Amino acid sequence: MACEELGYLRLMKLIRAFEERVDRLFVEARIHGTTHLCIGQEAIPVGACAAIRPSDLASGSHRGHGLALAKGLVPNRLMAELLGRRDGYCQGKGGTQHVASLEHGFLGTNGITGGGIPIATGAALAAKLRRTGQVVLSFFGDGATNQGTFHESLNMAAIWRLPVVYVCENNLYAMSTAIRDAAAVERLAVRATAYGMPGATIDGNDVLEVREAVARAADRARSGGGPCLLECTTYRHHGHSKSDAREYRTREEEECWLALDPILRSERRLLGAGELTPEALKRLDAEVSAEVDAAVDFAEASPPLDPGLAAEGVFA
Amino acid sequence: MPQMSYAEAIRRALAEEMERDERVVLLGEDIGLYGGAFRVTRGLIQRFGPERVLNTPISENGFVGVAVGAALVGLRPVVEIMFMDFIALAMDQIVNHAAKLHYIYGGQARVPLVIRTPAGAGRGYGASHSQSLEAWFVHVPGIKVVAPSTPRDAHGLLKAAIRDDNPVLFVESKLLYGAKGDVPDPDEVCPIGRAAVARQGEDVTLIAYSRMTVLALEAAARLEEHGIRCEVLDLRTLAPLDEEAILASVARTARAVIIEEDTRRGGVGAEVAAVIAERGFRGLDSPLRRVACADCPIPCSPTLEEAILPSVDKIVVAVESLI
Repeated sequence: MACEELGYLRLMKLIRAFEERVDRLFVEARIHGTTHLCIGQEAIPVGACAAIRPSDLASGSHRGHGLALAKGLVPNRLMAELLGRRDGYCQGKGGTQHVASLEHGFLGTNGITGGGIPIATGAALAAKLRRTGQVVLSFFGDGATNQGTFHESLNMAAIWRLPVVYVCENNLYAMSTAIRDAAAVERLAVRATAYGMPGATIDGNDVLEVREAVARAADRARSGGGPCLLECTTYRHHGHSKSDAREYRTREEEECWLALDPILRSERRLLGAGELTPEALKRLDAEVSAEVDAAVDFAEASPPLDPGLAAEGVFA
Repeated sequence: MPQMSYAEAIRRALAEEMERDERVVLLGEDIGLYGGAFRVTRGLIQRFGPERVLNTPISENGFVGVAVGAALVGLRPVVEIMFMDFIALAMDQIVNHAAKLHYIYGGQARVPLVIRTPAGAGRGYGASHSQSLEAWFVHVPGIKVVAPSTPRDAHGLLKAAIRDDNPVLFVESKLLYGAKGDVPDPDEVCPIGRAAVARQGEDVTLIAYSRMTVLALEAAARLEEHGIRCEVLDLRTLAPLDEEAILASVARTARAVIIEEDTRRGGVGAEVAAVIAERGFRGLDSPLRRVACADCPIPCSPTLEEAILPSVDKIVVAVESLI
């Protein structure tokens, strides 16, 4: 158990280091466009992906670098994709909001709120019809649960009993809009009952609790029990995207949540159980930092695709 | 020669492709036991079962998205949108997802999705059940748009669409469903992207598609009696447009009238006209003309509907204005 959590901690730290580096690259004007960082939310993709098989599938939201790394994409090629280079997973054409790796079963991050939910549901339909035994995890935020696609997809998944687990990363805000002002229910998991499926709210900042809940849900889905909705409470440390002064949140609220940081909690648990020493922790931090350094070097050394090819590849 | 209706030709193409490739599945509203609003899928669920013919809830954006996801992982879904007007509900999944995933994922993904939908007015169904919205999709890179005018082309183009690894919008004409024609070869696959000369002529090219090709042929027959020999070019595919066929025909006749059931402003005809103006300008003896639906919502009352739609009379008037 503890050995496994060490692995989860490493992956969460890798994600955080990656995201913090992406943030710095923006400040240094070495990266273009926009991005949505998942700093503070790392336990959800890590715990969830730990609960499923490599052959299972996952689809993400616009805030999906953590999920990409948790699903097995490597930092090098992910960073290259964010920098628009040809060695990126999508040849630099997709970027942060449209990065996928089908060979890893990662159906992609998505620039349309709720856009990936029906796609994940369709992948689950295919898995069921072809009896592949796969499960699909569909990740989205609190804001997406108000999008029509959420309702239509959960309804179809339920009537067709599809092997999909809907993972809602409730970080309390959809951009600047508090979920309490946008949703008619207090607990988003309650929406599961409207679609005849089980729903549960769990602590999304406890990587072991996430893994446990997703494992149960995935097993149920895989054995024909149908879909369910897992609401994982968490908090986004930074703003929605890079141009966000976060005036809609209080500094007190932010400090409260920083104390519930998933990485701190795993560290404390592992240190307390003697599975980790302060020295090993320092080494771990240095390791992931070096890994992210290497990813940036790789990405910056990769050229962009020839501009003459920009309009190619529209059709298969 | 086997004669069959346009609807039957489509049904046969669906059945043949489902028989040939077990990955082909159908999704849509009331396509199961009911057989579809226009009975196109009648009999298919009995033959192929509910795992190949899925009756969906009324969730256009949702079930088109489901089809995109299924296509992404290897199925070949054919989705029916009951009336083309309803496609507006599914715009996000078609435009932002189906059309884009192959490109934005750098070539690692394919979305072999077909969306079939009946367009067209003339039945008094009113503004939300009568539109021809194909121009919206001609405008989006990453989706092919086909619009057959005969049972033979409906059959052959649907087979091609299902075998194509890209998203294809297959625009049917609700008023053509009963029209009969020869479908000689059950294995014939009609190439996407190729127009067809439906009638040869020297004086003017009538460029049309779907039900308008039928009207154009009627107009051509009438004009022949007045000594005007019309060539009728049936576009068959709207995206990618067969620019070479358009330019070759207009080079021969030096005049063109475009006939389309969609509304004039920003319609398919506008794109055809721009292509001719850019690449075939020097060969023209007169300006281009478009005969299209008036720029207004389609009214329910039959006399009002007739007033705004193209007709054989209006085509004849347009041609005569050029000669």
